[in-house]
Amino acid sequence: MAEALTTHGNANAAEHADYLDYPKGLLSWLTTVDHKRIGLMYMWSVMFFFFVGGMFALLIRIELLSPKHTIMTAEVYNRVFTLHGAIMTFLVIIPAIPAALGNFALPLLIGAKDVAFPRLNLTSLYVYWAGAVMAVVVLVMGGVDTGWTFYTPYSTTTGGGVTLMVMAAFVLGFSSIFTGVNFIATIHKLRAPGMGWFELPLFAWGMYSTALIQILATPVLGITLLLLVMERVLGVGIFDPQLGGDPVLFQHFFWFYSHPAVYIMILPAMAVISEVIPTFSKKTIFGYKAIAFSSVAIALLGFLVWAHHMFVAGMSLFAGAIFSFLTFFIAIPSAIKVFNWIATMWRGSISLDAPMQYAISFLLIFTIGGLTGLFLAALSTDVHLHDTYFVVSHFHYVMAGSNLIALLAGIHYWWPKMFGRMYNETLASIGCVLVFLGFNATFLPQFVLGSRGMPRRYYNYLPEFQSLHVASTIGSWLLAAGLFLILAYLLASLRKPKTAVANPWGGRTLEWEAMSPPTMHNFDGQPVLKHGPMTIAPTAPWWAWKKRHTERGRDLRDVSNEYSDTYH
Amino acid sequence: MGQQFDAAKIGMWLFLVTEVLLFGGLFVGYGIMHARHPEAFLAAHHHLDKTMGAINTVVLLISSFTMVLAVWAAQTSKRNLCILFLLITLLCAGVFMGVKYNEYSHKFHEGLLPGKYYSHQGDTVPGQFMFFSFYFMMTGLHGIHVLLGMIVIAWILFRTIRGDFSSEYYSPVDITGLYWHLVDLIWIYVFPLMYLIS
Amino acid sequence: MNWFQNWMLPKAAATHAGDVDGLYMFIVYLTIFFFFFNGALIFYAARKWKRRSDKEVTPHITHDTRLELIWSIIPLIVVMLIFFWGFKGYVKAWVAPNDSIEIVVTGKKWVWQFEYPDGTRTLNDLHVPLNKPVKLVMNSEDVIHSFYVPGFRLKRDVIPGRYTEMWFTATEPGVQQVFCAEYCGKGHSDMLARIFVDTPEQYEVFLREGDEQVRKMPLKDLGKLVYENKGCATCHSLDGTKGQGPTWKGIWGNVHKGTDGKDYPVDANYIRQSILMPQAMVVQGYEPIMPTFQGLLREREILGVVEYIKSLQ
Repeated sequence: MAEALTTHGNANAAEHADYLDYPKGLLSWLTTVDHKRIGLMYMWSVMFFFFVGGMFALLIRIELLSPKHTIMTAEVYNRVFTLHGAIMTFLVIIPAIPAALGNFALPLLIGAKDVAFPRLNLTSLYVYWAGAVMAVVVLVMGGVDTGWTFYTPYSTTTGGGVTLMVMAAFVLGFSSIFTGVNFIATIHKLRAPGMGWFELPLFAWGMYSTALIQILATPVLGITLLLLVMERVLGVGIFDPQLGGDPVLFQHFFWFYSHPAVYIMILPAMAVISEVIPTFSKKTIFGYKAIAFSSVAIALLGFLVWAHHMFVAGMSLFAGAIFSFLTFFIAIPSAIKVFNWIATMWRGSISLDAPMQYAISFLLIFTIGGLTGLFLAALSTDVHLHDTYFVVSHFHYVMAGSNLIALLAGIHYWWPKMFGRMYNETLASIGCVLVFLGFNATFLPQFVLGSRGMPRRYYNYLPEFQSLHVASTIGSWLLAAGLFLILAYLLASLRKPKTAVANPWGGRTLEWEAMSPPTMHNFDGQPVLKHGPMTIAPTAPWWAWKKRHTERGRDLRDVSNEYSDTYH
Repeated sequence: MGQQFDAAKIGMWLFLVTEVLLFGGLFVGYGIMHARHPEAFLAAHHHLDKTMGAINTVVLLISSFTMVLAVWAAQTSKRNLCILFLLITLLCAGVFMGVKYNEYSHKFHEGLLPGKYYSHQGDTVPGQFMFFSFYFMMTGLHGIHVLLGMIVIAWILFRTIRGDFSSEYYSPVDITGLYWHLVDLIWIYVFPLMYLIS
Repeated sequence: MNWFQNWMLPKAAATHAGDVDGLYMFIVYLTIFFFFFNGALIFYAARKWKRRSDKEVTPHITHDTRLELIWSIIPLIVVMLIFFWGFKGYVKAWVAPNDSIEIVVTGKKWVWQFEYPDGTRTLNDLHVPLNKPVKLVMNSEDVIHSFYVPGFRLKRDVIPGRYTEMWFTATEPGVQQVFCAEYCGKGHSDMLARIFVDTPEQYEVFLREGDEQVRKMPLKDLGKLVYENKGCATCHSLDGTKGQGPTWKGIWGNVHKGTDGKDYPVDANYIRQSILMPQAMVVQGYEPIMPTFQGLLREREILGVVEYIKSLQ
């Protein structure tokens, strides 16, 4: 444990070299079954598609600077927002935390060498890439203009590569199912000795709930998308009113998956936050069981509320009342979590390092995202706000803001563990502030736009909406600047030497017992859990130590070794 | 090894859950459209051959039984028996696909095709094409599962002949068996739903 | 705080909009309150318990059932209140009164068509009387659209193959903007309509003489509109082919032979009579099947038909 640096040339290099360096070569990465490498490849892929989807978002915002034509035609605009939605949903947000951070961190957190099915894990990555390639082919062929929700009968009658895009989403669903199966089996079977269900780190509970949804909901999306393809190719008639079918049936099928999928996007975010806040507050999480059970409760309740997307689609009064009523119950576990996180900070020893700044940013954004959901769960206000910019803003607060900022919190938290290097903390703080301000500047005006009646997916709009659109567009530039800054300092950090110690933040979960970066098999031997979820004796966080002990001209490696000697 | 075996079994069960939900979506769609067009579905189902359907049901049930025996044989290290039972299972699956092929070619011949390709003449009740849309989607998806199952069983057979399995290690045989039972189970729902509407 | 509400919401213009606005503003204040409440708690904690030394020991607190119950039950009460409030407003907007004026709305890419009880049709402009319940029965000819009137706080999807309904009682005279709220392709954002909320007098004028668009339209164009919208096209061709009734092409100034054997010159009076009393004279070789349009066409529309037939040489 004392050896924080890599040990090249050692007799058993394979055992002690970090997973980044050994084995070498591109081929070794492409054929790896190591969960950490797969997690990293997922992370880079997700970042790439986040960039692509983000570019589309910026184009949308620029087009909306003026009420009529600004830079593109209506046909192009419709394709751009469809691709933005489809790429961000299926290629970025759904895999972001579970497949990237989850793959990297989950086995480490529960003291396992790898996931239960390493080869299935690699397969899942390749299936993801296959789906991604299909989506890119659609993009190159000219895109689709259905909106990411593929509502019938528009999607069955319009031209373009809809069939291929739908097949891409279908294929990506398999990738998601494989990851879910893997995580559930891993958590059931590969926990470190002594780690009971209530000693699981909360991140694992979040991943478990997410995996449940991935397994239970994705197949329904699969069959829905297959039916859609059949409708386009064969004209089977199930969604076509002229053939005796029902276009609204598609919406029921679609939201039966896609509403739970919203929780595929938020539960992992909550899981990350539940790790970050205790570490930087130097406290045990407040209300462990409440947070764990509320994740599962959200996962299961998520299956009972799909029709709240369809209050204005002609459902009966009774059905509307039931779905509205059930929807409100999701608010309770969410509220419990937020208050428990805040209570965790209470009487702690709070250190505002970069991951904690992102976590606080998450808390604020999620508060807005969650509470604005109340407008849409309530029947009478939803009738007014449905399909307006209010909805656009609400789901961006939850799916984009909360998820993305939690992803950033997680990346900043585990970055030293992933790469053994540290990013520039000043820039990280600036990045966090820019993202927070930029995000709110982009989406707060959209709440007002929506409640004033601006419908979503509008290319032209009435001149009275222009000032708020301009505000939103300027906000999007601020947000983009923040994200580029983050990308820049994260990439820059990779050029530094690997000086990170095993436990830089004073974290008390098992991953901090492994080296930074970990060896191929994560731990020397099998870690055993002795004292509940917080297993490692608290240590002084490395970064505070470093500030005190790094005099001018002193080699960072010596400081690092000295730190390790003191604390291990 | 025990832990790995358990994990594999959990994984397989979870996979089976996803399969049930996949077919579940189709069943729900079928149920809704059946409720909306009861006459058309009733009239259309008379074009299906109940005898063929029944033969296929029996054949699949037998194959499920021999699959159980194959797992038992693998578990008790009876290699030759295991080979025999796997062969019978494969044979039954082959018979199933043969009957299916026969049924399909009849339907194609009569113009009982899905969706816009439906060209059957002399229907008294309109809208029968939708029944055949579902018929081909459900039996087609099931047929693909049977084919995949045959490939996997063939591979298991090959590994059994090679002598990979014993009472120490037989989890691939076991989880393949689980999969095969699911394929059987789905057919047991498809058969009355499509062939025996009353 | 009235300016705040006026900034967030368009002016309420229907009977039940006030209820929606009340709930909307309630949740707005709730959101603002909890945002600052949570924010204050977080910043208080981050300042007060800022880490000053690495050796700090923190208390080991695992949970507090009483506190957790408090912050489960209070949100539960609040959301149940919101549920019932929202449900109440929804029910109110559900069943239309029996005496509502029923208007049929047809959505198609990318126009709204309105048909009034007297058979009048308008495109993209809907006239409704002030303070009278109006019920819209809606259907789509192609893909799903959604009829959205922000001022009324109302929206309902317009779906092919089934009818959906919504009703309102407009309380503000003037114009209300209508949007299509369900994405329907290239012209989605141009699929707009206006609702003219008329005083009783204005509405009378509209019923008698049609909307402004019709009043200003050249007679010939109006006649074409009548031909297309009132079902003339079903029986009367424009290209000389024989339908259920005689063609309109080239008949102006000609002579039609009636079943009674007499000759009738095709002039304005002849056309007028054929429209209002079709059975009075039937052209030889045709069945007496044309219904009367008495009361279904306005005077100006009949003149329009005359002009239109005149133009078809």
